[in-house]
Amino acid sequence: MSLPIQYLYVIAIILFVLSLRWMSEVRTSRRGNWAGAAAMLTAIIATLLAFPTQRNDLLIVAIVVGTVIGIPIALKLPMTAVPQRTAMSHAFGSLAVALVGTAKYYQLAPNIDTFTLSVLSFEIILGFLTFTGSCVAFAKLQELISGTPFIYPGRTVVTLSSLGIAIVLAIYLILNPAQGIILPIMVTFALLFGFLLVMSIGGADMPTVIAILNSYAGLSAAALGFVLDSKILIVAGTLDGASGFILALIMSKAMNRSFINVLFGGVGTKMTKDGDATTVERTVQSYTVEDIATILDNARSVVIAPGYGMAVSQAQHVVKEFADIIQARGIDVKYAIHPVAGRMPGHMNVLLAESQVPYDQLWEMEQINSLFPETDIAIVVGANDVTNPASRTNPDSPLYGMPILDVDKARTVVFIKRTLNTGFAAVGNELFYLPNTMMVFGDAKKVLSELVASLKQR
Amino acid sequence: MTEIARESLIVNLLIFVMAAFLGIELIRHVSRLLHTPLMSLTNAISSVSIVAALIILAKPKDNFVLLLATIAVALAATNIVSGFMITERILKMFRRQKGKK
Repeated sequence: MSLPIQYLYVIAIILFVLSLRWMSEVRTSRRGNWAGAAAMLTAIIATLLAFPTQRNDLLIVAIVVGTVIGIPIALKLPMTAVPQRTAMSHAFGSLAVALVGTAKYYQLAPNIDTFTLSVLSFEIILGFLTFTGSCVAFAKLQELISGTPFIYPGRTVVTLSSLGIAIVLAIYLILNPAQGIILPIMVTFALLFGFLLVMSIGGADMPTVIAILNSYAGLSAAALGFVLDSKILIVAGTLDGASGFILALIMSKAMNRSFINVLFGGVGTKMTKDGDATTVERTVQSYTVEDIATILDNARSVVIAPGYGMAVSQAQHVVKEFADIIQARGIDVKYAIHPVAGRMPGHMNVLLAESQVPYDQLWEMEQINSLFPETDIAIVVGANDVTNPASRTNPDSPLYGMPILDVDKARTVVFIKRTLNTGFAAVGNELFYLPNTMMVFGDAKKVLSELVASLKQR
Repeated sequence: MTEIARESLIVNLLIFVMAAFLGIELIRHVSRLLHTPLMSLTNAISSVSIVAALIILAKPKDNFVLLLATIAVALAATNIVSGFMITERILKMFRRQKGKK
């Protein structure tokens, strides 16, 4: 490889690092994105100069196909579908890495040393399991299949066995590199493992799962870097792997659970009874939109706590409309964002940004919680478990220990909810029965539209 | 393993470890506001695997290898194009409060 080409790779690496550095705050974030794109372009040009191919026809076809599929996805995608898109692109990315690893094996076999084959096997297994895992995550988020965990007795044993078999086959292959027939069987078990693993994980755990899959996609790219002795692959892949890892850590910490618990815990399976037992006896106070409009007359501060329900009913625009009206009356409006509200890290922020809520009104949980005691009205829109005070008070609750938005400390809590159904964790929300809680039943978008209409008449 | 291969393995391991520490530090400082665009950006970045596919495409042993590498280029290109574009679209939506006192 000539020196100028190596310089190009160095420039690409610098740009990748700057890209993430600039991504840390909103002010510089777009520059970060452009730096990332420039880095990628530089890396591709350097590679094409260093490794010219005889098959430019195929190369052009592949790039055109990728562009033709990619552009409409990027332009047409509604913001509520960003989690699905992310899962799908993890699937694409990991399949690409897995195919390259497979190609590299057939390229080298049978003259392949133990180290290279070990890394390749690891990379191929990781790539293919991430592929099926991401496909299942996509299907769950797109609601092609049910978001509830697929639970059956002994599922952890079955799931881990499929991974175990894949690893045993990998070891056999490493010891017998010429046995090319082993590879497809190993791949099959890796695919099966990814499928089973994510099938048993529920919708509300998707923020963590997506982050973990993100990390895997990056790590497998880094592993390829070792095989091909390519620094740019190692650096960019590792940066991506670290990103997914940190996000997964933040998500599971926000749920007070470990990675292992998210992957194999199967929340929502054992505690259903508990929720029923505590909810049966009590009744809740149901209020109308007019009641809410009345109490808003005397309010000075409002905090809105959105959740996945806001995304489902596409209520983010009417939330903003409502906020504009009460702000015009001199009411202070803030939004309380729980780290795991929604289906991917930062989901709520993006939806509210889409409806043009200024981002300095979006408050993180740690900052907003100290403000709830001085808040007149907390309005919960489509969130549930992340507001459940049982996580502070009831050691038997599966939510116990999870940090929550302390909406119950506000003077009045307005809880907009479709039915009395429990949240994802299948636990009754203590909040419904508190004396300062006003329940309003109905679809979030419909209720808020009525509220907006009612406020406009006053 | 040859002497040269061992040497480059050590260098690569060092790069990997450094990149991991650097990545963790960089990502920890990313505002939670931006976690979704961060993820779509890193998605695009992880498709740097297109580099690996291109290297294989340069000297494919047979048509099967050629086919796998071509599909990989197409998949990675899809992610690169849609990843950076969608990140741009998301980031454009973030705005400050107008006329903030």
